[in-house]
Amino acid sequence: MPETPDLTSLYRRMLLIRRFEEQVDELYRGAKMPGLAHLYIGEEAVAVGVCAALRDDDYITSTHRGHGHCLAKGAAVDRMFAELLGREAGYCRGKGGSMHIADQERGNLGANAIVGGSAGIATGAAMSARWRGTDQVAACFFGDGALGQGLLYEAMNMASLWRLPAIYVCENNLYNEYTHYSETTAGDLAARSRAFGIETVEVDGQDVVAVHEAAAAAVARARAGDGPSFLLCHTYRYLGHHVGDVDRSSYRSRDEEESWRRERDPIALLAGRLTASGAARPDQLEALDEEVRTEVAGGVAFALAAPFPDPSEVTEDVYA
Amino acid sequence: MSTPSAAPGGVRELTLGQAVREALAEEMRRDQAVIVLGEDVAEAGTPFKVLKGLVEEFGTQRVIDTPISEAGFTGIALGAAMTGLRPVVDIMFGDFLTLVMDQVANQAAKVHYMSGGKLRAPMVIRTTLGATRRSAAQHSQSLHAWVSHVPGLKVALPSTPADAKGLLKTAIRDDGPVVVFEDKMSWQVRGPVPGGEYLVPFGVADVKRAGRDVTIVATSSMVHAALEAAGELAREGIDAEVIDPRTTVPLDCDALVASATRTGRCLVVDEGHQRYGVTGEIAAVITEGAFYHLDAPVQRLGAMDVPVPFSPVLEDQTVPSPAAIAACARALVRGER
Repeated sequence: MPETPDLTSLYRRMLLIRRFEEQVDELYRGAKMPGLAHLYIGEEAVAVGVCAALRDDDYITSTHRGHGHCLAKGAAVDRMFAELLGREAGYCRGKGGSMHIADQERGNLGANAIVGGSAGIATGAAMSARWRGTDQVAACFFGDGALGQGLLYEAMNMASLWRLPAIYVCENNLYNEYTHYSETTAGDLAARSRAFGIETVEVDGQDVVAVHEAAAAAVARARAGDGPSFLLCHTYRYLGHHVGDVDRSSYRSRDEEESWRRERDPIALLAGRLTASGAARPDQLEALDEEVRTEVAGGVAFALAAPFPDPSEVTEDVYA
Repeated sequence: MSTPSAAPGGVRELTLGQAVREALAEEMRRDQAVIVLGEDVAEAGTPFKVLKGLVEEFGTQRVIDTPISEAGFTGIALGAAMTGLRPVVDIMFGDFLTLVMDQVANQAAKVHYMSGGKLRAPMVIRTTLGATRRSAAQHSQSLHAWVSHVPGLKVALPSTPADAKGLLKTAIRDDGPVVVFEDKMSWQVRGPVPGGEYLVPFGVADVKRAGRDVTIVATSSMVHAALEAAGELAREGIDAEVIDPRTTVPLDCDALVASATRTGRCLVVDEGHQRYGVTGEIAAVITEGAFYHLDAPVQRLGAMDVPVPFSPVLEDQTVPSPAAIAACARALVRGER
C-alpha cells in the first residue's frame, strides 16, 4: 500500500490542473491556440486521487479530456502548453496536440481522441507488466461516454479472465458530449464491470481523499495479482464538451452548473478540510495558489516564445 | 504435422504454412518478447493448423488463446507492444480487419507519430486474403489496400514459402506495426526455403520470372496466376517478366519502374478489388516513372467490384485468372491495348 499522501500536495496538484485549464481556455479565447481543447475543470479530484496512488513507472492511458491526467501523472506545464500550441518543445514535438499528449518517462501512454479507444492499450500494458514479471499496474481513464463502446467490454473481459493488473477509472461527469448519460446508457453503470467479475467501487469523484483511498485499494489488489478493478467516479464537467461549447442551455441548466461549483467543488472541499483540521491556514492556501499561478504563467510564457517545429519534421516518425 | 523434407544446410521444400510457423518459432526462440495471440492459436493451432505445434514448444504464456474479440485483443497487443513485448496478432480472416480498424488505423499506425517519435508499437498483425475457397462474401476479401492507405503501417504480401518466412521475420523485428497478409489458398503450396537464418527486407521487389516483352506486376496469390500465364505466353513466343513487390508499403517503385522501362509494356495484377485499389496505385507509380518508355497504357486486373459470391460458377469469375492475365498481356504485346 502506498503511504497516505500529503493532502496539501494533492491540493496543489488539483489547483495546478484548474489554473492550467483556465489558462488553456484563455489561450483559446484569445485565438492563440490552434484547434480546440476539452477542459477537465471540475473533475480534478479523480485524476489527482488516482495518480497519487500510482508510482512513476505505473501506466496510465487518458482521454480527449486528458490534460488533468497528464499533469496528475507528473507532466510539466511548460511542455504541456508547448504541445497545445504546436511547438517543438511540446511533449509530442507539436505532432499530437491537446488530445494526444504522451509522457513515456512517467508511464503516460497517451491521451486518446477516440472515446474508449485506449481500453485495449491500458489492458495490454497491464498484460505486459504481468508478463514481464514486474508489479506495475495500468490505470485506464475514460468517461461515461466510453460505456457505449464495445472495446471497453472486450478489454475488461480479458482483464478479468487473465487477472490483469488493470484499473478502469470511469469518470462519470454526467454528459456524453452534449447528452446526459441517462439518455444513452441503459441499466446500472456499476453492474457492467461486476458482470465480468471485476471488483467495482463507486466513489464520490469530488472527494480526492475518497478517490485516493479507492484507487490505492485497487492498486494494491492489482499489484498482489488479484486482478482488475473498476472505479466508478461520480463527478461533473463544469464547462462545455470543449472550449467552444459555451452555450449549454440546450442540455443543462445554469442552476445545475452553479450548484456543483458552489457545493461540490473538489478544490474547495479539500480546502475546507485542510483548514478545518488545522493542516493548513487559508493564507497558506492562498500562497499555494499564487505559486501555482506563477508556474502556469511561466509555462505559458515559455510555450508562447518557443519555436515551432521545422516544417521538414512533417515526414519524421511516420515509421519507427 | 508433416515433416519438411530436409536437405542439411541447404534448401528445403516447405509449405507456406510451415514456413510461417518456422519463422514464428525462430523469432520466439531468439526473442522472449515475441508472443502470439488470437483466436484458437494455441492447442488448436488455428482452424487452418498453420500454428500447429507452436504451443507445445512455447506454452500458453506465449501462445495465447483469446476470446472472439478481435478489437479487444488487437488493442491489448498494442498496449503490450508499447510496453516492451512484440506481439504477433492472428486475425483469422482478412475480412475481420473491419473489426479492428480503430486499433490498427487510429491507434497502432499513429502512436509513434502522434507522440513525436517517443512511443513505439512493434507488433505484427497476421491475416489472410484470397477468394476461391467457397467461403462467400465475409471470409474471402483481400483488404490489403485498406491498410496500405494508412501512413504508419507497413504491409507485406508474401507469395512463396521463402518470402513468407523471411518477410514475417522482418515484420517481427520491425519497431512499428506491420500487417502481413497470407493467401489462405497458398498455405499448402510448397516451395524451396533456404536453410539457416535469413530475412527478406521490406521494399525490395523480387523478379519471379525474368522476361523482355512485357512486365506483369503481381502480388501474393496473383504471382502464381501470373507465372502460369507467363508459361502460356512463353509457348506463344512472348517473354513475360513477373515481378512481385512483396510489400505494398514500402513499395519498391524503382524496381517496378525499371522493369516497365525495360519491357515497355506493363500489366498490374492484384486480388483486391480493382476500384481504388493496389493495381491503380502501382499503375500510377509506373506511369509516372516510365511514361516515356511505355508503348501502351499500363493495364490492370483486380478482383471484380462485387462482393465475393458463394457459388463456384460466380466466384471464379471475380478473381483474375491465368487466362485473363495472359489475354491482357498478349493484347499489350500485340499492340491491341
